[in-house]
Amino acid sequence: MTILVDAASLLAILVGLLFFAAGTAGLLRFPDAPSRLHALTKADHLGLGFIVLGLLPRAEAVGGATRLIAVWVLVLLSSAVAGPLLARLARRR
Amino acid sequence: MPDALMAAAALVLLATIAGLVRVLRGPSLVDRIMAAQLLGTGGIAALLLAGVATATPAFVDAALVLALLAAFATVAMARAAPRRDDAP
Repeated sequence: MTILVDAASLLAILVGLLFFAAGTAGLLRFPDAPSRLHALTKADHLGLGFIVLGLLPRAEAVGGATRLIAVWVLVLLSSAVAGPLLARLARRR
Repeated sequence: MPDALMAAAALVLLATIAGLVRVLRGPSLVDRIMAAQLLGTGGIAALLLAGVATATPAFVDAALVLALLAAFATVAMARAAPRRDDAP
């Protein structure tokens, strides 16, 4: 049972790493600023979400699952605020 | 398992450093602000992975503080951007 949970956790972290690398590659390679904003806010945050999902089984050692999920929700909310701000700045220039 | 988590944290850091190239190359100011935000997100992911790898709760607190600071920094940079200026 522990082996299964460990394998699922590792798989989720690997998928998260993949999404994170894809988002960073998009940030480097997309042609203009709004599409780079897409890569940054969507792919990178999805990668972070998968990493948090993979870390949840071992969360008791670092103060509980609520803290990990709270970090992810905070990152999501802050980029939901900052995204339109950056998009407006990109359009204005 | 902790070794795998530490390796994952190192890989996230590598991807973040590769993304920082956008700070140097970005043709406009917005690209540089976005690359700084990438530093925040990547740093949070690496801190969370390293925290669970070493079973230290302080890393998760540091990730929380980094999330707040990155949010403030991004909004401050976007607000402080010069308007209709050609110099990025």
